[in-house]
Amino acid sequence: MKHTSAQSILPVLLQGKGKALNGFDFSPKLWHGVILLAVCLLTSTISFAQSAPAKISVIDALFRWMPLLLQGFVFNLVISVFAMAIGTASGAALGLGQISPNVAIRKVCWFVTQFFRNSPWLVLLFFAMFLLPFEFSVFGLKIPLPDWLKATVGLSLPVMANVSEIVRGAVNSLPSGQWEAAESLAFSRRQTLWEIILPQCVKRMLPPWMNLYAILTMATVLASIVGVSEVMTLTGQALAAEGGRTDLLAPFYSFVLLIFFIYCYPIARWTVYLEQKFAVKG
Amino acid sequence: METFFEWFRVLYDDTGINLPFLYDSYDRGRMFDGFLMTIKLSLVCLFFSVIIGIIGAWLQGSSLKWTRRIINGYIQIFRNTPPLVQLYFFYFAIGSLLPKVQNDWGGQEPLLGSFAWAAISLSFFAGAFNVEIFRSGLEAVPESTVEAAEALGFNRLQVYTDITLPLAFRVCLPALNNNLVNLVKTTTLAYAIAVPEMLYEANQIWSDNVNVTEMMLFLLVAYFLLVGVLVWVMNSWERSMKIPGYGS
Repeated sequence: MKHTSAQSILPVLLQGKGKALNGFDFSPKLWHGVILLAVCLLTSTISFAQSAPAKISVIDALFRWMPLLLQGFVFNLVISVFAMAIGTASGAALGLGQISPNVAIRKVCWFVTQFFRNSPWLVLLFFAMFLLPFEFSVFGLKIPLPDWLKATVGLSLPVMANVSEIVRGAVNSLPSGQWEAAESLAFSRRQTLWEIILPQCVKRMLPPWMNLYAILTMATVLASIVGVSEVMTLTGQALAAEGGRTDLLAPFYSFVLLIFFIYCYPIARWTVYLEQKFAVKG
Repeated sequence: METFFEWFRVLYDDTGINLPFLYDSYDRGRMFDGFLMTIKLSLVCLFFSVIIGIIGAWLQGSSLKWTRRIINGYIQIFRNTPPLVQLYFFYFAIGSLLPKVQNDWGGQEPLLGSFAWAAISLSFFAGAFNVEIFRSGLEAVPESTVEAAEALGFNRLQVYTDITLPLAFRVCLPALNNNLVNLVKTTTLAYAIAVPEMLYEANQIWSDNVNVTEMMLFLLVAYFLLVGVLVWVMNSWERSMKIPGYGS
């Protein structure tokens, strides 16, 4: 009711409705990736024309290093999956803490969320890399903590904060009638949350969660700055091994761009699809 | 003031909490320069990314098929590739293809330095998101408003700058706010190409003084405050731009 009355007062704006200008609908197409591929190939050929005949061609060099770079990329994916798992588990707990009836828990969870959400990923990564021990002992048993695991923990901190906000937002987006109806049917708070509220929230949380995963995957390259040997580090090493040829720089870096695009693009498309599918009609 | 700074030296001697960027004038200068560099980089990128967003959103509504295609291609590429790789691509790949220029001392130096490349690459990165944000705002403007403006003899550019953009701006400010906060946080990536911003200077200081814990905590607090200031400014702007009777 409130929405319609606002519309009648001010007919200049509609929220989230109305057609796009010129009836143009934005939908990503696969050929966007083709552009990247074209850049990759184009820079390869330009560079090839520049390079001296004695050296191996740029495309040969790229093919020679491709298995190593792809291995590095798989390592990136492993880091992203682990960080997402840790971040989701801890973030869900933190998000539920943010809607707790206990004021103290709510305040603390809110502060933790805001703190990690508003700090740069790279700073948090440095934080985890330098402040976590390289091994710790439990009952005399020494458990080593390799640097990639530390990077994973560092990346999961901002993920945790973002998941916490997603959970809080999704729970708050449900109409309060759901809570009241559950209460009138004598559900306890825990039952309401687990059996009524959260199942409805999963649908709403999925698109932003997938978006976050794509962002996290792209953030895993940050680990190269702190010395984890993932795809970016390996690219640098491969370029060094080729003798620092400047003509190789553009093709190699655009290759890295390309593999990330190929991985993240379907996720982005799927997110858009899910968003449209789960869109609240109104 | 000097006694205040000296107190931190006493603090270090007494408790071992080492904050050289307060008591050591050289480190203080470095840290302050880094802080200014972060602010400078943030402001340059904020400005250009919003400009890119506004122009991109206008071109996206163009009647020319290829203009729209190019803009969409740009958005998809910059949204789906890591900003760090973009930064490396610009700095190392494109930077190495550009001609070198002679500097004042007769040496060769690249046409664009690390700061310029960081500003360009981060502006394009955030700009891609801004185009999408402005587009979503433009979609909220009903067709009838545009038609009314056309009936009054506005041309397409005038409709955009005078009618749809001001309205869209108010709708998309929360999303824009979010993206600009992200941009400020992303400026730390410039560390990777040796732009002397806050993280870089902090790294220099902790390499000299071996006080990683203190510097890391300081950095977190510094960025927290920096982002806090930005959010406060954007929120008060949002309030002042609010259309009466619309929204909660």
